[in-house]
Amino acid sequence: MIANINGILIIDLVLLTLVIITAVAVVEVRNLFSAVILAGIYSLLMAAFWTSMDAVDVAYTEAAVGAGISTILLLGALVLTGTQETVRRAVHWPALLACVLVGGLLIFGTLDMPKFGSPNAPAQQHPIYHGFTKQNVPKAEGGKSAEDVYAYNTLHPEDAGKHPDYFHGHVPNQVTSVIVSYRALDTMFETAVIFTAAMAMIVLLRGRRGNPLKGGLL
Amino acid sequence: MKQGNLSDNVLMRIVARWNMPFILIFALYTQTHGELGPGGGFQAGVMIAAAFILYGLVFGADEMRRIVPRWVSDGIAALGVLIYAGAGMYCMLMGYEFLDYAALYPSNPGGAEPWGMTTVEYGVGLTVSAVMLTVYNEITEGTGPGSAEPRDSNNDTEVVGKV
Repeated sequence: MIANINGILIIDLVLLTLVIITAVAVVEVRNLFSAVILAGIYSLLMAAFWTSMDAVDVAYTEAAVGAGISTILLLGALVLTGTQETVRRAVHWPALLACVLVGGLLIFGTLDMPKFGSPNAPAQQHPIYHGFTKQNVPKAEGGKSAEDVYAYNTLHPEDAGKHPDYFHGHVPNQVTSVIVSYRALDTMFETAVIFTAAMAMIVLLRGRRGNPLKGGLL
Repeated sequence: MKQGNLSDNVLMRIVARWNMPFILIFALYTQTHGELGPGGGFQAGVMIAAAFILYGLVFGADEMRRIVPRWVSDGIAALGVLIYAGAGMYCMLMGYEFLDYAALYPSNPGGAEPWGMTTVEYGVGLTVSAVMLTVYNEITEGTGPGSAEPRDSNNDTEVVGKV
């Protein structure tokens, strides 16, 4: 009986239980300093959870952004505001109802998704998983193009895996490959969006502390 | 807990000073190994900014702005986008499509891909780190030890009243 229990499942359950406890604690705690640190712990637990789900890049980003920079920025904001929440609000019933409804709908939506790790999931079955990239340009000198290798592998399924070099020329980390090669234009405009956000902050806030009519670039 | 400036606290000062090089080294590792392992320009930029913001939290935002003046962070933010878009424009000028990295090393298009990816990742890293520093700079402006006391919410009405 005990041997049948999936070890990863236990780790996931423990992590998710801790995540829920931390989330409730963030909402309930009245000291804002504790709330910020708890939010950082929440992100760190989520990063551990992503790692256990094999989504290492997501975990990396969660740890760097969620546990790192947002915790530090919120600590910087605490310097401006003080650390104690002043007003203790009563439960807002319509808001609670809306949250429960939306949460229930989201959980209802996940019922249509394939089971975790299922070999029949579209991610495992979709043709793009086998062809992966249908590029006409051979990436290595004298190498076969992705189209050629895909066609060969389709005709000779017994040789599958012998010609894995249709991904040659891209980098070992496929996430980076997708982000800055296949979707390079997308990432370029994401960078531009971040840059625009900084420009907006500079135009609106720089030099205006204490007097909205002074300073700024506009 | 003392507000505004944590540099009177010996423990905070030592921890911040000793952690900063490790955070920066790890950020550089993330940047340079983005194409080999997890991570990349965005995460590296966030970590670099986190190291400097940690310094600013402990030693004061004005002290941090002394190390990285705002014209530097503004310039770096623009430079990152310029590197990214410039790599794409270079490929176009060489007769390839926009951001077709084969232009960087035409005799070996496969080998050119990592070069192009590394280049644009550096662009992303520069922009993200500078933008995060800008966010911190703008929300902490005028809260250093030399300036007025940290605001509490009551002062907001006073500011509106002046206008």
